[in-house]
Amino acid sequence: MSDTTAGTLGGKPDRLGKQDARNAAREVRARRVRAFLFVMPLLIFIMFAFVAPIASMLFRSAYNPTVAELVPASLEALADWDGEGSPPEAAQAQFALDMKRLANDRTSGQLAEEINRFLPGTSSVVKSTARELRRTDDAELSANGAALLLEADEEWGDPGIWRALRKAGQTYTSSYYLTALDLEMTRDGTIQQRDTQIYLKLYGKTLWMALIITLLTLILGYPLAFHMAHCSTSRANFLMVFVLLPFWTSLLVRTTSWIALLQTNGVVNSTLISLGVTDDPLELLYTQFSTIIAMTHILLPFMVLPLYSVMRGIDPSYMRAAMSMGSRPIPAFLRIYLPMSLPGLSAGALLVFIISVGYYITPALVGGTDGQMISNIIAFHMQQSNNWELAAALGSLLLVLIIALYWLYDRFVGAGNIKLG
Amino acid sequence: MRGFPEYFTFWHIAGHYALRFTAYLVLAFLILPILVIIPLSFNAEPFFTFTQGMLALDPDAYSLRWYNEIITDQKWTLAIRNSFIIGIAAAFLATVLGTIAAVGLASPWMPFKRLITALLLSPMIVPLIIIAAGMFFFYTSFGLVGTFPGLIIAHAALGVPFVIITVTATLAGFDRSLFSAGISLGASPVKVFWDVVIPLIRPGVISGGLFAFVTSFDEVVLVLFLAGPEQRTIPRQMFSGLREQINPTILAVATLLVFLSVALLVTLEVLRRRSERLRGAE
Repeated sequence: MSDTTAGTLGGKPDRLGKQDARNAAREVRARRVRAFLFVMPLLIFIMFAFVAPIASMLFRSAYNPTVAELVPASLEALADWDGEGSPPEAAQAQFALDMKRLANDRTSGQLAEEINRFLPGTSSVVKSTARELRRTDDAELSANGAALLLEADEEWGDPGIWRALRKAGQTYTSSYYLTALDLEMTRDGTIQQRDTQIYLKLYGKTLWMALIITLLTLILGYPLAFHMAHCSTSRANFLMVFVLLPFWTSLLVRTTSWIALLQTNGVVNSTLISLGVTDDPLELLYTQFSTIIAMTHILLPFMVLPLYSVMRGIDPSYMRAAMSMGSRPIPAFLRIYLPMSLPGLSAGALLVFIISVGYYITPALVGGTDGQMISNIIAFHMQQSNNWELAAALGSLLLVLIIALYWLYDRFVGAGNIKLG
Repeated sequence: MRGFPEYFTFWHIAGHYALRFTAYLVLAFLILPILVIIPLSFNAEPFFTFTQGMLALDPDAYSLRWYNEIITDQKWTLAIRNSFIIGIAAAFLATVLGTIAAVGLASPWMPFKRLITALLLSPMIVPLIIIAAGMFFFYTSFGLVGTFPGLIIAHAALGVPFVIITVTATLAGFDRSLFSAGISLGASPVKVFWDVVIPLIRPGVISGGLFAFVTSFDEVVLVLFLAGPEQRTIPRQMFSGLREQINPTILAVATLLVFLSVALLVTLEVLRRRSERLRGAE
C-alpha cells in the first residue's frame, strides 16, 4: 500500500533513512522473537518428552560399552598392536589378569557373549579359559600370561580372536544393525548374509501386508467416497456419520469386535455353519487373514476422508461433458475423473501405508504367529528377550523407513494438509 | 433422485446402481462390526457369541451381569479412574502448550516454521512402538516409568499434533490485525492472547483438547511399556483381557466406549458448526 502511495506522490521510489531501516529491522526481530517465544514452551516440552527419547534410542542401537567396561586395561594395551601376528606379551599378560578377575566376579560369561557376537564359536574358548585361570597366581599371570593363555586354549595363538576382542571393545558398534539386517561378521572380518533370514523377511512381510491393506482400503474406500461426494450434502453428512463413528471408536473396541466376529465359535463361523456353507468352524482368528481384515476395517476411514474431501471439489460437469460427447463411462472415468482424484488417492494411500507399517496392537491381538509384523518383534525384544540394543536397531531401521515414506507424503501431499474429521 | 441424462444407456444406469450398492456394502462393513458387540454385551452366558436363547429373543438370555461386573470389579473401576486422570491431565497439558505454540506458528514472522511444525507434528507419524521403546529407555533414567507423571507427559506429547492442527486451522480464519491492535493499544502479548485471541479460537481449542483426550484415552502401547500395575487404564485392561481370558465384560466396556465416541462425535460436530458460524459472521 505505502509503495503505491509513495510512487504516486513523489514520483521516485521512497527510500528509508538509516534510522528508519534500523527501527524496521529491530521491529522485525522483535516480532520474530515474539513468535518464537510463543512456540518455545512446547518446543522444550517436545524435546524432552519425545525427541530426546527417540534420539537416545538411536544412540543405544549403536552404543555398547559392555566390553570396554569389562576389560579397559587390556583394550588399552592392545591399542598399539598392528593386528598382525600375536599381540605383545604385555597385552596378553594384562588380558590374562583381567580374565582371572572376570572369572572371580562371575562376569566372564558377558565377555564371552560379546566376543562371540564378532567371532562366532569363541564363547566356549573364553569361558573355559576363564575357568582355567581362576585359581592362578597374579604374579605368575603377569610373568608369562601369554603362555598360560595358550595352555588354557590354543585358540589364543590365533590373531583372529584378539582382533575380535578389540572390535568388541569398541564402545560404538554396528553389530546390532548387522543383526537387524540378517548380516554377520565372519572370522576374517568381512560381512556376509546369515544362513537364516529372520528380520529382512519380517520387514518384507510387513511391507507386503501394509501394501495389501492399502489396496483393500483403496478398493473399498474409493466407491464409498465417490458415492458420498456425488450425493446431496445432507445425505453425504448423514453417511459421514458412519465413517466417523468407527474413526472415533476406540481401536481396542474395533479389535474386540473382530475377535468376537472371527473366533472359532464366533458370529461369522456360526452364521456360516447355520447357512450350511461349512460343517466345521473355519480357523479365521489368529491368522494373517484376521490381521489384514481387522486393520483394513480400522484404517478405512483414513482412506475415505482424504478421498472424499478431494472428490467433493471435483466439478461433475467434466464427466458429464465427456460422456455427452460420446465417451464411454470407463474411459471417461480413467482419463478425467481418476487423475483429478489422484491427490486424495495418494494422500489416503500413503497415510494408510505409513500407519500400517508401524502397527502393533491389532497384529498382537489377532495376528497369532502368522500375522506378526515388525513392531511385534521389537516389542518381543524389549519385553521377552531383553535385547534392548537389537530392539533399538530394529526400531531405528523402521524409523528410517517411516521418515522416507513421510518425506514422500510431504512431497506429494504436503504435510500441512492433514485434516481431521 | 434426478433423472438420468438422455445419453445414458442401460449400462450407465446399471453401473450407477452397482456403485451405490457397493458404497452401502462398504458402509455396512464399517459399521456392523461395531454394532454387533452391543447386543453381545448383554449376553447372559460368558461367551463372545450369540446363544440360541438370544437369537430367539428370550429375555432370560439377556442380562446386565457384565455391566455389573464393571462396577464391582476393582480392576475395572481403577482402570476407568486412571484413564480419566491421565486423559484429562494429558489433554490439559497438550492443549495449553499446543494452543500457545499454534499462535506463534501462525505468525508470518515465525522463524524456521516448516522445520518446527514438522517436529511438533512428528509424534503423530512415528510408530507408537518406536516411541514406546525410546521413552522406556529415556524415562527410566528420570524415574518416570511406572508413574502417573511419566504417562501424562508421554500422552501429552502424543496429543500435541492434534491440538496444533485444529488450532492452526481455526487461526487461519483469524484476523491478525486484532493482535497487533491489542499490542499497539498497550496490552501485553499475554493479555492480548488471553482476552482477544482465546475467545475467538475457542472452538478450535476445545476440539483440539478433545482430540488429545481421545488420543490418550485410546492409547495402549505406551501404557504397556511405561505403566506399572497402579496406572492400568481401560485399553490396557482390555488388552490383557483379550490376551489372557476373554470375557464379555470387555464387550460391556466396549459398548460403553462406543456410546462415549457417539457423544464425542456429536460434541465435535456442534463445535464445528459453531466455528463455521463464527467465521461466517466475520
